[in-house]
Amino acid sequence: MDAQEIFATLEKQFAGKVGNFKGEVFEPYLSVDGAAIVEVCRFLRDGAGMNFAVLSDLTALDWPKEEKIQVVYHLFSYAHKHQIVLKVDLPRDNPKIATVEGVWKVANWFEREVYDLFGVIFEGHSDLRRIMLPEDWLGYPLRKDYVEQEEYDGISTQRAPLVEKLLR
Amino acid sequence: MKPLINSLPETVFTTKVDDILNWGRASSQWYMLFGLACCAIELMQTGGPRADLDRFGAVPRATPRQSDLMIVAGTLTYKMAKRTKLLYDQMPDPKYVISMGSCSNCGGLFQLAYSVCKGVDKIIPVDVYVPGCPPRPEALTEGLLRIQDKMMSERWLVKPSRPAEARAEV
Amino acid sequence: MNETAQTQSGFYTEDMTISVGPQHPSTHGVLRFVVKTDGEVISEAIPDVGYLHRSIEKIGEKVTYHGYVPYTDRADYLAAMFANQAFCMAAEKLAGTEVTRRGEFCRVIACELNRLASHLISVGTFGQDIGAMTPFVHALRERETINNLMEEICGARLTYNYIRIGGVGYDIFPETCTKIGEFLIHFGPIVDEFNRLLSGNKIFIERLAGVAVVSKEDALSYNLVGPNLRGAGIKWDIRRDIPYSLYPELDFEVPIGTAHVGKLGDSFDRYWVRIREMQESCKIVRQCLQMMPKGPAISKVPRKFRPPVGECYARVEAPRGDMGFYVVSDGSEYPYRVRIRTGSYTAMSIIDKLSKGIMLADLIALIGSLDVDAPEIDR
Repeated sequence: MDAQEIFATLEKQFAGKVGNFKGEVFEPYLSVDGAAIVEVCRFLRDGAGMNFAVLSDLTALDWPKEEKIQVVYHLFSYAHKHQIVLKVDLPRDNPKIATVEGVWKVANWFEREVYDLFGVIFEGHSDLRRIMLPEDWLGYPLRKDYVEQEEYDGISTQRAPLVEKLLR
Repeated sequence: MKPLINSLPETVFTTKVDDILNWGRASSQWYMLFGLACCAIELMQTGGPRADLDRFGAVPRATPRQSDLMIVAGTLTYKMAKRTKLLYDQMPDPKYVISMGSCSNCGGLFQLAYSVCKGVDKIIPVDVYVPGCPPRPEALTEGLLRIQDKMMSERWLVKPSRPAEARAEV
Repeated sequence: MNETAQTQSGFYTEDMTISVGPQHPSTHGVLRFVVKTDGEVISEAIPDVGYLHRSIEKIGEKVTYHGYVPYTDRADYLAAMFANQAFCMAAEKLAGTEVTRRGEFCRVIACELNRLASHLISVGTFGQDIGAMTPFVHALRERETINNLMEEICGARLTYNYIRIGGVGYDIFPETCTKIGEFLIHFGPIVDEFNRLLSGNKIFIERLAGVAVVSKEDALSYNLVGPNLRGAGIKWDIRRDIPYSLYPELDFEVPIGTAHVGKLGDSFDRYWVRIREMQESCKIVRQCLQMMPKGPAISKVPRKFRPPVGECYARVEAPRGDMGFYVVSDGSEYPYRVRIRTGSYTAMSIIDKLSKGIMLADLIALIGSLDVDAPEIDR
């Protein structure tokens, strides 16, 4: 199935909750409503002709100018060799979305990383805590407006002046 | 009076106690396997068949309690820094530290990173810095030989009346 | 927390929580496991990662496309060529750059030699974790020859920075091609030596057969890739199924787990897939050396590399599975976002499930058979 057909099937099933399909880019994607993400994912995994058995990647993009954080799901199917990208827009000051851990078990670790680095809260997650950074780290580093702490645990984070100029 | 050395058979030699102690220590430096990142692979290769560290008497130990040399090979992150200090404190005296590679010397190419500690000498005192990214086995062997020189120049037995330091500067 | 229990033989045990790592000779880098055990049988093993988080993804937003290639080396230092290639493929796809034909051949030769080096370390350290010290030293000896060949090709032994946008950094000389041919002739019997030392060894088989079996549904749900997926019986290889570079023209097999000892998907199957992949890599390099054309090794790419606005996902088949680079460009010379998706990260997520009820020594065998690698997990 190509991306246009997948979108048409999804639109028939979940009218109003999916939209914004872009097909002529390298990775065809479509937008999904935050509230409907779990049922859309379950349909994509189990639906006939879809068989997206694998969640290749779950990550996020930070768009401060448009005041949103976009959570991106890359789905892939080994049986049919097709892929689709789902994008969900969340408000930047309160990003919350339901977890898809019940659909693909690997989402557990992917969502922990997105929580750690972007601050997106996944409701229903069994164990939402920081994974890459220490537990007492302040801030979400991969956001565009992240400012580093002065020191951590007694170790100063200051660099040589020549390097400070390079930090944009 | 005849000098002492000529009246002894050939199987006896005289030396200073400091020298023989230091020779024993320098020829058997047991290093702790503290490989963190890419330099750890080069550390393993240096202990491997081609550039053999075992011919200098240096064997790898997994535990800090039985080692006197700590080769910090790789990038130090803030999350790992506390554990590094703990491991350094667990080593018995006299202990030495080799900082292997750019990342543990000064932060390496990760100057723009938010989670990397810019140099292991912010946490523990370092004796020898080995540059490289990663350093060749020959470079690490040179670092080991410099530690040997440092060990050989230390003085342990001094007269108690003089307020001298136990270790001489290289 | 401190409960005493009486086992079937009448022996009193106590539940304890111990920490394996982060400094441990067999955790394949700085990983930590919080293990709840009664002394021998594990009830829960929770991985704790992040001790090597070097913020490579954030640095991608601050350096240019050309300048980011050395950082991709460090995303997995045992398979540095593949990370280079994946990033360059993503950047080339975004900008529409062509790669020269000789550049493609150089890329495949360098990558398959790197796959040999990575599998040698994986098999060698796996043997050492089980207790076999000799194959590790043999693997290091072979790896020295590969390191020397890599040094002739690109100047570095471990972090290569060789595959650039538009081709490769330096051309491969004919003398180096001769030496690679001689190395391949020498390497064929070495794999048989590994089979005699390890694969046919009764103790090795008994330690691994039937331990930590991964079913096909779990392998898909937990998104295992690479030899872990093929060891579970699913025939999926990016080089065969979503072909890139020269792989459509080359003739090689994709080995999968066969369960000739133990069950399908156990630790021995994953190890056996790696041994077979080493043999297939030798075949690929031999074919490339015969078919190599003349020409430039890199195409003309502007120094200020500015791809148009867009995003792109490029995958390669790295030794630890499918490594994907998701690059988002906003039209400037710095990427907007670089996301690295690696195979070891998802392999760690299955350890909690597989480690319930196995013994402490089997946990070490499990980590070694999944071939997890700290830089791939933490980036």
